[in-house]
Amino acid sequence: MAEEVILLDFWASMFGMRTKIALAEKRVKYDYRKEDLWNKSSLLLEMNPVHKKIPVLIHNGKPVCESLIQIEYINETWPDKNSLLPSDPYKRAHAKFWADFIDKKVNVTARRIWAAKGEEQEAAKEFIEILKTLESELGDKKYFGDETFGYVDIALIGFYSWFGVYEKFGNISIESECSKLIAWAKRCLERESVAKALPESEKVATFVSDCRKKLGLE
Amino acid sequence: MAERSDSEEVKLLGMWASPFSRRIEIALTLKDVSYEFSEEDITNKSSLLLQLNPVYKMIPVLVHNGKPISESLLILEYIDETWRDNPILPQDPYERAMARFWAKFVDEQIYVTAMKVVGKIGEERDAVVEATRDLLMFLEKELVGKDFFGGRSLGFVDIVATLVAFWLMRTEEIVGVKVVPVEKFPEIHRWRFELFEVSIKTKTTSFWAVTEVLTGVNGC
Repeated sequence: MAEEVILLDFWASMFGMRTKIALAEKRVKYDYRKEDLWNKSSLLLEMNPVHKKIPVLIHNGKPVCESLIQIEYINETWPDKNSLLPSDPYKRAHAKFWADFIDKKVNVTARRIWAAKGEEQEAAKEFIEILKTLESELGDKKYFGDETFGYVDIALIGFYSWFGVYEKFGNISIESECSKLIAWAKRCLERESVAKALPESEKVATFVSDCRKKLGLE
Repeated sequence: MAERSDSEEVKLLGMWASPFSRRIEIALTLKDVSYEFSEEDITNKSSLLLQLNPVYKMIPVLVHNGKPISESLLILEYIDETWRDNPILPQDPYERAMARFWAKFVDEQIYVTAMKVVGKIGEERDAVVEATRDLLMFLEKELVGKDFFGGRSLGFVDIVATLVAFWLMRTEEIVGVKVVPVEKFPEIHRWRFELFEVSIKTKTTSFWAVTEVLTGVNGC
């Protein structure tokens, strides 16, 4: 059966990075379509009418929205290679708990560091606490999935490309506060799927600068 | 209720008025899993709760053979994967993705917006009611041509959306605003009525209506 896989994405999105990594880990070929967040395509609006956000995965014409849901969908649809989630229900619930934690805590707090005036310091402090919680969960494991790179690693790693931005505007050093997490990130970057998905920090920095101008913060 | 099996120890830390706690009880009842319910006082949380859910310190927490699982949507999936009778989630990966999407939508969009109705008055409240209705319209469209969100029978999204059927629509009585008027939301009203009628057949062939599980012994 001919497979048609399309990904609607924006290069700087740490959520889109998740889906790109998952597709790459599973060796799924797909058509990558860039979206302009200031001028969304009619396809995006049609495929994600509820949230109107990227990433959107379109498989044989049917859209799947929300990055963590996409990872599970990819894992279930192409089950042969590199399972991204544990098979044991308890371990799976545990992995999903931490990915959900990342969604609930990391993005909202991180955004306040660069996109909300006057909240930088407080948000940066909270952000470090959140990273420390994650670092504690990682422990001495190679990946969050233990020996296997998986769901939680994929959920978090995209944010690494934004660490430079958080450090700059939050006036913090993530390396000195969470060295184990940085080491983990570097291990992840050794994987081709991750290296290809994550943009360079400088490019993200320029993009954030443009966003801040648009938001009237610079 | 079925007799407790010695090989399984299932405990639920919950709260009678919480839609997140009640949905777990529906799932456990649907699967005919006996469990011990432990009512938490959220103004005075037990040391057990704080120990089992140190990250959020919230109910519900399911404890299965000593191992805790928190976050209600994750607990529902865990229950579905552990006790395979009467499946809650569909088998097909695309249908599963859609079920997860709508469940997340109910909790993260509808619930969060609808909650604001209670605290507001006048124009501000009207705006929130309008916003809630816009979100509910997505659910309304999802129900067209289906008995339940899960199709012919109760599924994941139905269990999660009891939050809408019971709590949200009950809030209407408290705030005196018809957030979900039948003329705008005929499908949701029809679905809600069918939900009241659903009986959950357990292994002991006793029937539990969804409403009985939701209202419980204490009444709600």
